[in-house]
Amino acid sequence: MSEPATQPPKEEAAKPPVSIDLRKEFEAVEIEAVLAQLDQELIGLVPVKTRIREIASLLLVERIRQKMALATTFPTLHMSFTGNPGTGKTTVALRMAGILHKLGFVRRGHVISVTRDDLVGQYIGHTAPKTKEILKKAMGGVLFIDEAYYLYRPENERDYGQESIEILLQVMESQREDLVVILAGYADRMEKFFQSNPGFRSRIGHHIDFPDYSDAELLKIAELMLQEQNYKFSPGARAAFENYITIRKSQPLFSNARSIRNALDRMRLRQANRLVADLDRVLTADDIMSLEASDVLASRVFSKA
Amino acid sequence: MRVTQGCFSFLPDLTDEQITAQVQYCLDKGWAVNIEFTDDPHPRNTYWEMWGLPMFDLRDAAGIMKELAECRRVYGDRYIRMSGFDSAHGWESVRISFIVNRPKDEPGFRLQRQEVGGRSIRYTTVSYAVDRPEGERYGDGA
Ligand SMILES: Nc1ncnc2c1ncn2[C@@H]1O[C@H](COP(=O)(O)OP(=O)(O)OP(=O)(O)O)[C@@H](O)[C@H]1O
Ligand SMILES: [Mg+2]
Repeated sequence: MSEPATQPPKEEAAKPPVSIDLRKEFEAVEIEAVLAQLDQELIGLVPVKTRIREIASLLLVERIRQKMALATTFPTLHMSFTGNPGTGKTTVALRMAGILHKLGFVRRGHVISVTRDDLVGQYIGHTAPKTKEILKKAMGGVLFIDEAYYLYRPENERDYGQESIEILLQVMESQREDLVVILAGYADRMEKFFQSNPGFRSRIGHHIDFPDYSDAELLKIAELMLQEQNYKFSPGARAAFENYITIRKSQPLFSNARSIRNALDRMRLRQANRLVADLDRVLTADDIMSLEASDVLASRVFSKA
Repeated sequence: MRVTQGCFSFLPDLTDEQITAQVQYCLDKGWAVNIEFTDDPHPRNTYWEMWGLPMFDLRDAAGIMKELAECRRVYGDRYIRMSGFDSAHGWESVRISFIVNRPKDEPGFRLQRQEVGGRSIRYTTVSYAVDRPEGERYGDGA
């Protein structure tokens, strides 16, 4: 059974320190490890990484200000992540939650990831409980709203999305210490969304833009993903994949790193087929790990081009 | 007469800070927290009204404390309790329950004696509050 929460004896309010060892503070929160992991696991995204470092520094200083009793208000931590599909927004949101948690700006550090359907109901009276339910789940952590602009449908003035927006705005203001909201979506549509919902823009402390990846970065991402799964390109496959990237980028529905992940999944499938087609051979670990040029070149991407 | 039941009944009423700590304890154990209210204080009245749905899958007490504040705003003149439900196999029951709100005045209970066959007596307790209709039992029904 739970022990009763007895009241601790009220201590003399400790005097705020007058000086602080910055390095000690920095090391105490252990964010360097998170930032290093971010650097390592995410290829490219230099502007994003720079912004995150800036935010982390700002929050570290804010934390020290709190300790020195110099902080006057709780900082606005709500963010907006804009960028094309598959540019790493969700991945970075997860890391962000970790950083905020380490620095003590969210109590638990989990991420609840939602879209319009999770927040907005189907009939009158359905939306408020739904939105509140999600907000309760996100308390102490980060609420990540993907494609946030779908909440707002100006063409239908009775749309229930508006109700959800109002609840969100209120909580973003009044419970800033309880949760951080991150809105994500394509840059142009987010811009329009903010224009019609200035309340959101004014509550957001940090805008981060996620650039598209260059061909070279996409190749590096592919190799990183393969390495994580104990696969690799043969030299021929690597050359073919470089080609694949150039062509795939120009085709519709390209979604950066996600397209790469999907392409690799299909190539692993073709590799397995190829291996199983010839049962009478002895395989080495190298055979099983290697994707060959033929596994890449069989892709429909090449036939469409 | 101060009605007591559940955990901590031997303690003074919990402060909000203490309630938050208990709620967080429940969440950390993976229990679903419920808010219930009633204006019928009889000890055998086990089925109180629920405020909203049981709250599953929460990580932090803040959302629940917000619900409690809402519930107090509407039913602040009644008894409100919180319970933690453990859905784990083998338990599947309430593990903790405690009062978090009570009416300003609690008029207490009357003991009724009914003389029956021979020299026997049957006892029953009736709370003075239930003499009035539901919803108007404490204060001016506000
Ligand atoms: N810079 C990167 N380095 C390595 N892997 C990456 C990188 N960016 C994204 N990925 C991988 O690509 C996939 C898609 O990334 P993520 O889901 O974060 O994109 P997103 O921007 O949220 O996309 P969407 O807008 O479609 O939701 C994930 O599997 C992620 O691990
Ligand atoms: Mg995403």
